Amino acid sequence: MIGTIQAVFGNMVVAESDETIVQNSVGYCCRADGAKLLSEVIRVRGKKIDLQVFEETRGLKVGDEVEFDTNMLSVKLGPGLIGQIYDGLQNPLPQLADKIGYFLEAGNYLPGLDLERKWDFTPTAAVGDTVSAGDCLGTVPETMFTHKIMAPFNLSGKYTIASIIAAGSYTVAEQIATLTNEAGDEVAVTMQQDWPVKRPLAVCKKRLLPTEPLCTRVRIVDSMFPIVKGGTYCIPGPFGAGKTVLQHVTSRNAEVDIVIIAACGERAGEVVETIREFPELIDPRTGRTLMERTIIIANTSAMPVAAREASVYTGVTLAEYYRQMGLNVLMLADSTSRWAQAMRELSGRLEEIPGEEAFPAYLESRIASFYERAGCLELNDGTTASVTIGGTVSPAGGNFEEPVTQGTLKVVGAFHGLSYARSYARRYPAIDPLESWSKYPGIIDPAKVEAVRSVLRRGNEVKQMMTVVGEEGTPLEDFLTMLKAELFDNCYLQQYAFDDIDGNSSPERQTFVFDKILSVLELDIQCDDKASGRDIVLKLQDELRTWNYTEFESDKYTAQLAKIDALIAPHSS
Amino acid sequence: MRKYYDEITRIAGNVVTVKATNVGYDELAIIDTTRGPSLAQVIRLEADEVSLQVFAGTQGVSTGDKIRFLGQAMQVPFTDDLLGRVFNGSGEPRDNRPAVSADTVDIGSPAVNPVRRRMPDTMIDTGIPMIDVFNSLVESQKLPIFSVAGEPYNELLARVGLQAEADIIILGGMGLRHDDYLKFRDTFEEGGVLGRSIMFIHTAADPVVECLLVPDLCLAVGEQFALQGKKVLVLLTDMTAFADALKEIAITMEQIPSNRGYPGDLYTQLARRYEKAVDFDEAGSMTLLAVTTMPGDDVTHPVPDNTGYITEGQFYLRNGRIEPFGSLSRLKQQVNGKTRDDHRAIMDGCLQLYATCRETREKRDMGFEMSEWDDKLIKYGDLFEEKIMDLTVNVPLFDALDLCWEILADCFEPVETGIRRSILEKHWPKELKDE
Ligand SMILES: Nc1ncnc2c1ncn2[C@@H]1O[C@H](COP(=O)(O)OP(=O)(O)OP(=O)(O)O)[C@@H](O)[C@H]1O
Ligand SMILES: [Mg+2]
Repeated sequence: MIGTIQAVFGNMVVAESDETIVQNSVGYCCRADGAKLLSEVIRVRGKKIDLQVFEETRGLKVGDEVEFDTNMLSVKLGPGLIGQIYDGLQNPLPQLADKIGYFLEAGNYLPGLDLERKWDFTPTAAVGDTVSAGDCLGTVPETMFTHKIMAPFNLSGKYTIASIIAAGSYTVAEQIATLTNEAGDEVAVTMQQDWPVKRPLAVCKKRLLPTEPLCTRVRIVDSMFPIVKGGTYCIPGPFGAGKTVLQHVTSRNAEVDIVIIAACGERAGEVVETIREFPELIDPRTGRTLMERTIIIANTSAMPVAAREASVYTGVTLAEYYRQMGLNVLMLADSTSRWAQAMRELSGRLEEIPGEEAFPAYLESRIASFYERAGCLELNDGTTASVTIGGTVSPAGGNFEEPVTQGTLKVVGAFHGLSYARSYARRYPAIDPLESWSKYPGIIDPAKVEAVRSVLRRGNEVKQMMTVVGEEGTPLEDFLTMLKAELFDNCYLQQYAFDDIDGNSSPERQTFVFDKILSVLELDIQCDDKASGRDIVLKLQDELRTWNYTEFESDKYTAQLAKIDALIAPHSS
Repeated sequence: MRKYYDEITRIAGNVVTVKATNVGYDELAIIDTTRGPSLAQVIRLEADEVSLQVFAGTQGVSTGDKIRFLGQAMQVPFTDDLLGRVFNGSGEPRDNRPAVSADTVDIGSPAVNPVRRRMPDTMIDTGIPMIDVFNSLVESQKLPIFSVAGEPYNELLARVGLQAEADIIILGGMGLRHDDYLKFRDTFEEGGVLGRSIMFIHTAADPVVECLLVPDLCLAVGEQFALQGKKVLVLLTDMTAFADALKEIAITMEQIPSNRGYPGDLYTQLARRYEKAVDFDEAGSMTLLAVTTMPGDDVTHPVPDNTGYITEGQFYLRNGRIEPFGSLSRLKQQVNGKTRDDHRAIMDGCLQLYATCRETREKRDMGFEMSEWDDKLIKYGDLFEEKIMDLTVNVPLFDALDLCWEILADCFEPVETGIRRSILEKHWPKELKDE
């Protein structure tokens, strides 16, 4: 199917065609020099087809041809995704670099999966078996996972396996099975299949309420504002508040099977850090490198804007695919604001009626349907699997009263709001303990969390008051509460991300330390005046912090604990 | 022979619309006006109507003018002959010397593949202790200087240009006062770096939108030198003028503004420039230092705000000094661990004491009584500002660290500094007494 370009404006092209055009299908704008630029149909008005081009439109002319495809923008699913570094459209970046060098010249695309590489396939189904969409036909080992080769997700109804290949080494393009149904349709199955990125992939018995905590080993998250496997959360914050660092440590330490990092419209340098580090870092839980459980989608800010929008969908589709294998996947998107801005740019070019801050009216529903793709499933074979989504938000001026933050807060299950004041004071991670919230169950008894929160709240009130009435005007009891709140902040909420021990706190450690510090908060400090009260609390604070840097249950840890207990003893009734 | 088009259908703001065919998006055009040829770029194609952004503005453009298209996007000649030269915002010489003829390169090249970038790991010495000691500048870093009118940001930029050991220095001026341009030139000349510098200067007297190409010209040339293995330093001033020019065009094109009149793609436009800062795998690097004046001294204004979301930290220039608080080089930890063993300790220690000193000054100003400790802090703060923070101070890193030690020893007992014993033992300038 062919059309001709009528107009070009930024990354939007208007084409004219007399033929049948599928909304959201793929098109290629053919530049005079032969380059074909990948595009997506985003609006059809009579013969006029609006396309968003996933490349710079430089050089396109009125009259140039557009080739339309009937397929929607899709990704390749199959073994070989793990450890890859893709752009937003699933082009493998290392392979592109080998082919075209330093720069990402427009119009160069490579298959998302290596077509030469052979995988050791073991069939798990036999001729005559009845299968439906998503059922396992066989497996191949991929890094430390058993990658399931599944019947195409777009099958409808029951099929019978007419043939299946014997165990052996095959490429993803080779046919491994033939399926037939009663109507006589025949489906050839390979180890790879396509899936349109904007369509949720969830073949399952039912969706489950997510309740199992997902441990990130960041204390303030796991203990105070937990996330769960299959849940959603967001991290809004002004620039420099620590969104990326927080996601980075989460991508390293999170207790999940697979992590998908979608760098969406942010700095290339940050991706480079991950690309260079992860292949070197050993995950102590598996003994394998972090890269062997990670997929990186890098659509950085200098890459074409429309592909930024695609990148978050590409990321979540890959996440859903591994969920179908029974795995727990965490997808991190940094930053969803850039994705929203890409939508805004396009909406402006389409001359749609703008909403607040010129974002399109459908912004909220797009955000909602994106986060809806997270979830915990009971798969058809009875196993439970999940996709968790965490997105950063970069609000203009650091003000959360803006459409993207507000739209996101309506749909996520946890809110980790970073505050400028905390990051300015180097209180990292700068998650605001008074503003943030989570609707999910965590590893700490909620009553205890509430007890701590009330100390934090009260401490904050006293601190505010002290700026007016001074230390002298503050009653001793209030003063002690303020000190205790500070102690909890210093010793528990703050965590040094770059330290191997402090930066990485296991759930067992967290529950133990939390109890210990809570017991400190509940102490009836025996002191005569504020100065001696401060000395007592600061001493405890100092020892508790040192404790954070000792290895869990090591001799030093135990010795330090004894020291702390000795300090506590005189004040416990 | 190139074809001329003369059916101009609209002239508004800085945009001219003409009926023409076979024109590529982003292509350049020349409008032959009564004032001479004027450069323009295609910003919209619609059937047979082509909208052009005219860099020198549309003042004096008439419906009778003729337009010819150049068949290509903006290019810039690339050769060593560029060194020592000065050009305007359209890339034409402004130093009364002949045009440079050489092979040309496109401006606004595609993004660099992240897998071909290196992790930055080389510190750039500037001789400015507030940078070298406290917020080290790193090769390939992109960093803005947030400031307000009246502050010596251009002087700071010029000093970094002089002292950073770059192979090539490229200065891009946008809305630059002519005097400031002359000052840059003189400083570079006196400093003996003019021969390895290139300037693209758009002055405040030039049409506003003519500054739009300045960053791209600088970065395109810089990128080529970097690909040849050179260490390139690009200095841009002032990016707010660039953003304001973007705003003008967007308004003429009747785009819906997102925030205070700025177009919704401001972030993307800025990021595409800043992200050109790069450390190439197996080639050179390009470092980018850019002044961003903050209208109303407000960091939440869309220009500094979007910039902060793009760059790797920021320097605040206030009261003639680089503010130690708020200023941040996000890449400093890549380099300051391997300079000298006391670098990080001095960085943290000195700043903590200085922060406490500021609190003490507040107390003093409110009339509170000063203790002996308070007096020490005040003395320290004064010395620190005079010998370290002052922008005229010009010492290499190690001397700056030694200077910090001297100031500390002049004011405090070793333990009062909060610096680790092992570091104190090695670096404290006086005899250490045993505890
Ligand atoms: N947990 C932390 N521990 C120590 N330092 C931190 C931490 N979080 C952030 N920082 C410091 O703050 C800087 C900025 O953090 P980060 O890059 O995560 O900010 P961001 O919120 O992602 O900003 P932007 O919106 O501009 O991308 C880091 O370079 C680091 O110096
Ligand atoms: Mg970030």
